[in-house]
Amino acid sequence: MLGKLTWSAIPFSQPIPLIAAGGVGLALLAVLGWITVKGHWPYLWKEWITSVDHKRIGVMYVLLGLVMLLRGFVDAIMMRTQQASAIGHAQGYLPPEHYDQIFSAHGTIMIFFGAMPVVIGLMNFVVPLQLGVRDVAFPTLNSTSFWLTASGALLVNMSLVIGEFARTGWLPYAPLSETTYSPGVGVDYYVWAIQISGIGTLMSGINLVTTILKLRAPGMGYLRMPMFCWTALGANMLIVAAFPILTATLAMLTLDRYLGFHSFTNEAGGNMMMFVNLIWAWGHPEVYILILPAFGIFSEIFSTFSSKPLFGYRSMVAATLFIVVVSFTVWLHHFFTMGAGADVNAAFGIATSIIAVGTGVKIYNWLFTMYGGRLRFPTPMLWSLAFMMTFVIGGMTGVLLAVPPADFMLHNSMFLVAHFHNVINSGVIFGAFAGITYWFPKAFGFRLDEFWGKMAFWFTLAGFLIVFGALYVLGLEGMTRRLQHIDFTEWAPWLYVSVAGIGVMMLGVASQIIQIVVSIRNRDQLRDETGDPWDGRSLEWATSSPPPAFNFAVLPKVHGEEPYWTIKRQAIESQGLADEPKYEAIEMPRNSATGIVTAFFATLIGFAMIWMIWWLAALGFVGAYATFVVFAWRDQEEKEIPAEEVARIDRARRAARHKWLQENPEQPA
Amino acid sequence: MPERGARLLPLLLLLGGCSGASILRPGGPIGANNRTILLDSLVIMLAIIVPTMIATLVFAWWFRAGNAKAKYRPEFVYSGRIELIVWSIPLLTILFLSGLIWIGSHALDPAKPLAEKTPPLEVQVVSLDWKWLFVYPAHGIATLNGAVVPAGVPIRFRLTSASVMNSFFVPRLGSQIYTMNGMATTLHLQADQPGSYYGQSAHYSGDGFSDMNFRLQAVPVAEFTRWVAGVKAAGGLLDGRAYRVLARQSQHEPLKHWGVVQPGLFDMVVAQHLPPAPGPNQGRDGQPQISPGTAE
Repeated sequence: MLGKLTWSAIPFSQPIPLIAAGGVGLALLAVLGWITVKGHWPYLWKEWITSVDHKRIGVMYVLLGLVMLLRGFVDAIMMRTQQASAIGHAQGYLPPEHYDQIFSAHGTIMIFFGAMPVVIGLMNFVVPLQLGVRDVAFPTLNSTSFWLTASGALLVNMSLVIGEFARTGWLPYAPLSETTYSPGVGVDYYVWAIQISGIGTLMSGINLVTTILKLRAPGMGYLRMPMFCWTALGANMLIVAAFPILTATLAMLTLDRYLGFHSFTNEAGGNMMMFVNLIWAWGHPEVYILILPAFGIFSEIFSTFSSKPLFGYRSMVAATLFIVVVSFTVWLHHFFTMGAGADVNAAFGIATSIIAVGTGVKIYNWLFTMYGGRLRFPTPMLWSLAFMMTFVIGGMTGVLLAVPPADFMLHNSMFLVAHFHNVINSGVIFGAFAGITYWFPKAFGFRLDEFWGKMAFWFTLAGFLIVFGALYVLGLEGMTRRLQHIDFTEWAPWLYVSVAGIGVMMLGVASQIIQIVVSIRNRDQLRDETGDPWDGRSLEWATSSPPPAFNFAVLPKVHGEEPYWTIKRQAIESQGLADEPKYEAIEMPRNSATGIVTAFFATLIGFAMIWMIWWLAALGFVGAYATFVVFAWRDQEEKEIPAEEVARIDRARRAARHKWLQENPEQPA
Repeated sequence: MPERGARLLPLLLLLGGCSGASILRPGGPIGANNRTILLDSLVIMLAIIVPTMIATLVFAWWFRAGNAKAKYRPEFVYSGRIELIVWSIPLLTILFLSGLIWIGSHALDPAKPLAEKTPPLEVQVVSLDWKWLFVYPAHGIATLNGAVVPAGVPIRFRLTSASVMNSFFVPRLGSQIYTMNGMATTLHLQADQPGSYYGQSAHYSGDGFSDMNFRLQAVPVAEFTRWVAGVKAAGGLLDGRAYRVLARQSQHEPLKHWGVVQPGLFDMVVAQHLPPAPGPNQGRDGQPQISPGTAE
């Protein structure tokens, strides 16, 4: 009846996961209880859960990502402390079978359920606003994408209490991940969680590519799009091209595990080298899927806070597209040590360093964006400057690893761990925090507290430098990664240093949480009345904060690279707003429960397949298909917002703008 | 291993760039050449990124909004000359580096024999769950979790795996290489001086991975000959049957040696005449191992 699932799946004998799960479960129950008592369910259901508004979905993506980043950070704390407490005769507090799950979960959660949702969420929120349109191309699909990602995250977290998670690393290298060597359900949890969320990501990629290619405000040609839209386009084209490889590879692994196929096994002609090649053929573009949108965020921020347009815009577009193409030609650098031979290694080594040209060009263009500017340094700008300073170090160590003879010594070492955390932290994570602080007022109508933002910035930066500085040294000292126990005692001092560093990072995380609490409490003082708190240049600042459901009462007409800056200059020079437009009724897509219902059935499918509960899996498939049919046969697609309502909302925005103009009559350029 | 002193040592040694497993203190020609290439690349990259970092700080400071002396030039958004420099600096660096990559990859290909007069000694390595088997085909002996090699003599390692992927890595001797079941990889290394070199698996391979270390002892040639004779005299037979028992999963296996090895044992593993090693005992035959807590 329940397949492999029995009471023995719950680790009653292990206090750490039980207590952790108990704590999370209680917190979850408390939140749900609070929502019920306060009667917030109808609001949540109508305004968020079934919302197909790209802004709401973007916010939910970011929220999911932040919660999962926190979860992954807890794993990181456990890894650092375990290594520091298991040197020589000491064994630490995590046995191998538990520690191995933690580092696997850390990587999986951070990449798939932390970084990806934050980045996709920011693109979802910002891109339609910057393009001057009302929503993405396929709003209901967008909601479904999000809920499928959430479904994957849920499955990964369920593995904490029901069964186990993969003990294979964040990429389940065969043959270790085959049933022979990993007979438990851990790899199955991994596979189904990633497959379900991967479908969500692929659909999200298709959606955003279509949006950028087909929906732009009148007059916004490709070379008038803000840089963030360009990098989002690049990242989403990469999603569309790369994620099917991941899906196919994991599908082959699934066939191996469930039906006795031999794609990657030791026996019967299986080839584990094929797995490694395929997973990295997705894996390296994935790195750029994460980093390109971050590059876009930094471009927006450097331009805004330098009070200057982006330097070398066309060059930046070229560099972005260059990276998109070249990112597919470098995957082999993840395994120079496989013994492929000198020609192959050299070719991929050179391709890898060539990709650094695109990034180098970007760095210099940001540098010259600052040149001749009038720089302000609020929190988003601090994150961006720290990115510039630390990302070049990560880029440098990356180029070192791209040199095969150097990589022969540094492969899989702590130096490698330090390198990719260096680039992902200073690129994606700093970029995400910069972007969240930058667009927060647009999403919620009030700014985040600057003091706690700066505290978070300095603690995170300092902790990050200490932790990964120590890891760089450990790599040069010959230490390999993923050690649950350290036999070689000479590495101890640097392991202690990294624990101190993560302590400082914890202060940074605490500051972030305090920042949100303080900002919500002081929201009236931090209120953004005009919709343009940073003196911005692109169209998202042309509408109010938070924007109405339809974003723009009338779609803006674009005449140049910086449409909103032009509108603003005209308003300041003429000391008046443009004439009131003629308001018309707006059609907006209706809310839909399709997304969450589909994801519910997808979760059932995943859970049932993991535990081999076949009837439940069948039920899930039927349910998901039925949901699709119901949606496809819907009668009403859109609801109409009457012209008077549009006029009322937009007149309020115009009044706020007018007030601002009068209070700042001669705003210097 | 001395406990307390050893903990503080690396702090001091770092300045000199060395510790007991440091890749910056190579013990042989491969490691030394790898290090040279690493440091060359580092210098090339530093020549670029240090000025970039300085420029970032200087620009950010000078063009701060409060600085009245800095000229505000909002129209400065394109300059053909700067664009040219912006593209050519990284491009030229990479061109230069590409030469280094091409030459280095060929000179230090792990499969390439060392340019030494002394003929190489072949050592066959099998990574097992979770221990290392070393077979000396020329002498017909084998060791577990520790190897002895003659110093100053090139070693030709041929490597395979009994089960999952591992990476054979002796940090101070230089390059590492993967071991994979059903195939053999080749790696040439040499220890110039006698000494004890820390070796490890550098590719995660399961629960026993962390302690899958070994010591590679480099000894003078005469002593190596004596050691071989001693191992032979001590006896013990490693044949297919013994190998199958050995291939079962186990951790913390002590040092061990065999005076007689079935000829061609390594090639039988590579050709899978000796089948891939079994995985964990739990988790099969209707006893699915579903949570680590339920094992045993």
